Amino acid sequence: MITQSLILSAFLFVIGTLGVLIRRNAIIMFLCIELQLNAANLAFVALSRLWGMEGQIFVFFVMTVAAAEAAVGLAIIISIFRHYETVNVDNFNLLKW
Amino acid sequence: MIDIFFYVMAAVAIGGAFGVVVSKSPVASLLFMVVTLASLAGIFVLLEAHFLAAVQVIVYAGAIMVLFLFTIMLLNLGHEYVKDLKGGIFAILSFGVIGAMAGLLARQFQGAGALDAVGARGGAEIDAAIQQYGAVGAVARPLFTTYVVPFEITGILLLVAIVGALVLAKKRVS
Repeated sequence: MITQSLILSAFLFVIGTLGVLIRRNAIIMFLCIELQLNAANLAFVALSRLWGMEGQIFVFFVMTVAAAEAAVGLAIIISIFRHYETVNVDNFNLLKW
Repeated sequence: MIDIFFYVMAAVAIGGAFGVVVSKSPVASLLFMVVTLASLAGIFVLLEAHFLAAVQVIVYAGAIMVLFLFTIMLLNLGHEYVKDLKGGIFAILSFGVIGAMAGLLARQFQGAGALDAVGARGGAEIDAAIQQYGAVGAVARPLFTTYVVPFEITGILLLVAIVGALVLAKKRVS
């Protein structure tokens, strides 16, 4: 079960990375980052079967950080949308070379 | 029986993850994400992390996803059905990155088949803790003794996030 969970976590992480790389909608990219965090959480829980309770504690902290990150990130997306009237990341090219 | 349940949950999770990436409507993406999170909660139960399974459903599927949904509705993106996948050289590049990452992970897990055999110690420790203190107490005991300083810092982090979100999202009054 541990090995299968780790493999599933690897799959989910790779799919999340794929989403971040190929989508243009900023909110979907954000959602895919949450998917990657969840893959990491699954790996932590699976490995807590090997090394004890610490893995589950770390998942708790990861969830807190994810909640804080979602709040701040969505606030940034809202404030960008007020300025550009879109969430398509191709239009945000101020810091592009 | 447990194995069958695990594989069903894993299939649903991977299908939901693909749905998040490929669906055109942001709201559909979000609902696929909720499916993935729910099946991950089921897998957490199978891995004896009952408290985390509950937190996963309440905090992730309940709070964070609703925050995303609020944002989508607020910005009125719910009926934006344009296909927004990146194309051309960028797609080739990103698939190269994905392939390299998947290959590295597969190589990492090549010799991991023996993990289940070693898994006795931590699993037994967790099972004993759950027997003695209950599913919540087993997590709460180390959280409020060994890891109490990080736990308090987490509170400060959430406060900073609340203030930051308010400052960033409020309308400029000038």
